[in-house]
Amino acid sequence: MINNRLLSLVRKEFIQIVRDPRTLYFTFAIPVIQLFLLGYTATTDVRNVPLAVFDQDRGPAARRLIDAYLAADYFRVIRNVSSEAELRKLIDNGEALAGMVIPPDYGDKVAAGRTATVAFVLDGSDPNVASTSFAAAELIGQAHSSKLTVERLVRRGVLEAMQPSLEVRAQVWYNPDMVSAFFMVPALIGMILQLMTSMLTATAIVRERERGTIEQLIVTPLRSWELILGKIIPYVIIAFFDTLEILVVGTFWFDVPIRGSLTLLLALTGLFLVGSLGIGLFISTVARTQQEAMMLSWFTLLPTVFLSGFFFPLAAMPPVLRVISYVIPLRYYLIIIRSILLKGVGAGSLTTEIVALAIFGVVVMTAAALRFRKRLD
Amino acid sequence: MQNLIDVQNLSRAFGKTRAVDDVSLSVSGGEIYGLVGPDGAGKTTTMRLLCGVLRADLGQVTIAGFDVGNQPEQERERIGYLPQRFSLYGDLTVMENLHFFAGVRGLGRKEWLPRAREILTFVGLDEFADRRAEALSGGMRQKLGLAAVLIHRPQVLLLDEPTGGVDPVTRQAFWQLLFRLLREGVAVLISTPYMDEASRCNRLGFLNRGRLMVEGSPQRIEARLKDRILEVEGGPRVILERVARDDPDVEAAHAFGGRLRLRLSRAGSAEIQSRLEKAMIGEGGLVGRIGPSPPTIEDVFIELLEESDA
Repeated sequence: MINNRLLSLVRKEFIQIVRDPRTLYFTFAIPVIQLFLLGYTATTDVRNVPLAVFDQDRGPAARRLIDAYLAADYFRVIRNVSSEAELRKLIDNGEALAGMVIPPDYGDKVAAGRTATVAFVLDGSDPNVASTSFAAAELIGQAHSSKLTVERLVRRGVLEAMQPSLEVRAQVWYNPDMVSAFFMVPALIGMILQLMTSMLTATAIVRERERGTIEQLIVTPLRSWELILGKIIPYVIIAFFDTLEILVVGTFWFDVPIRGSLTLLLALTGLFLVGSLGIGLFISTVARTQQEAMMLSWFTLLPTVFLSGFFFPLAAMPPVLRVISYVIPLRYYLIIIRSILLKGVGAGSLTTEIVALAIFGVVVMTAAALRFRKRLD
Repeated sequence: MQNLIDVQNLSRAFGKTRAVDDVSLSVSGGEIYGLVGPDGAGKTTTMRLLCGVLRADLGQVTIAGFDVGNQPEQERERIGYLPQRFSLYGDLTVMENLHFFAGVRGLGRKEWLPRAREILTFVGLDEFADRRAEALSGGMRQKLGLAAVLIHRPQVLLLDEPTGGVDPVTRQAFWQLLFRLLREGVAVLISTPYMDEASRCNRLGFLNRGRLMVEGSPQRIEARLKDRILEVEGGPRVILERVARDDPDVEAAHAFGGRLRLRLSRAGSAEIQSRLEKAMIGEGGLVGRIGPSPPTIEDVFIELLEESDA
């Protein structure tokens, strides 16, 4: 199967790639830069929410309440304000995302055994932050409230120091610190791989057509599949190096573990790549210029990213979109790569995904190859 | 010598347009056949049909005994096709380009290098072997293109306007290479817009609107207008042209260089000449010289074009 003709094509492609430093830079530097950017910025962890406190009581009980909130390591007091207007201003201009208002009679009420009310204001313009802050505010408040109740009862001599009646122990498997990077890095590998392989393949083929070099190749004994493979193989090899590069950075910098078999991961990555290369090949039969090829690669990637469960969980999507996500290869690859890296599972648990990727790859490749016919007409 | 190119009743249409309409021709080894005609006549389409790059609607093409339709792979092995838009890989060197084209033609590791060196010497590019193709001059690129399509020793060479945009000296050098190939028994089909190149072919075919109007050696073609061309030197041209066109025996008058070439509807004679001269002088023109001129291929082609457009 590997013959002189194919070898010549692959060799020529590599020479051209190496002599095009800009594309080379794009291929190897961008993934790492993206990895760093997304790895650090795209966290869904909400921490250090800036909190403005309007403490009208200023007594020790209020102090304890504020400390309880700070101890949860969730809020960060940025200012103690002295009026509600000031609080509002801080939230309006975004300096604070949450505000706590403690009424002047807080300490008195607590000491008297009555219910004290504390107000919490949240900035709802970022629903992500608002919902987690909301939950945190309530939970911390309730925990503190329980503690106070127990103290009251103990003081009255109703009971000795009591154990809570129910303790829920939640254990997070695979990602105990729930580090976003563990979630993002594998997903990033999939996204970058799909973008790179489809775009590079598509532009490489379209460039040949733009130059007119395809016509003179048609007259040679070169077979269609050799022409296709000759264009694809160099980018498969590059994609593998990209994968290894991102894995290395992810493992050594972000401490993403590799709990499963690396060989299995690379093999299944190869399967995923067949689909991406097929997309690239297909785009090359549709695009007439290199710019069109690049734009089409992006247009295929964007909905892919949104519908694959990368940023937004599939469970949260309307059923229509969830159904569409079944034909998106990135969806299956994300499951595969996260499973292998973080859960260390073997091929047995991934049969559905493997079959889905295989079907997608075969269908897209075949469709693309058929379109890419050797004759001009 | 046997017919290496044999075309029978070739036809191909694009929608309603008949790009190639019932064309038949043949070229034997050691012969160079020139395909000439106006823009859009169907020369490039004909060549593409011969290569098998385009599928014919009707007709048969046999190259070195192999049919284009049924045996495309074998047929392509024996053809060297230099398309009009031949593109080399600019970022590859001359040698790397040849290596690629050799490899794609199936030449193995041991064969391609000596063959490439041989070809580079043949075309005169050996000292530029390591230069990038994009750094070559126009003439050198044509030579590299020729080298690339010769590397597998084809028996048939199809050249689609190979010397476009190249200076006369380089064109001359290119033709010297072609003649050497002819001596080796290669059959060459070349399309060219240059009449001086056309006159160097063994045979010519004039294509217009997909139909082959006339075929024959340059001499035979020129003979069509034997004794029917008069040339007038003088001025002002406007007057001379008007007088000529008004004359019943003059079919057409065209400026050529500083002179006026007249095509007569019948063989010229002293009587026609003197009549014209008198008329021209009578209208206020000045006639330096008027006399018969041997017809050129261009004269014939203009006649054919005007005839078919009428």
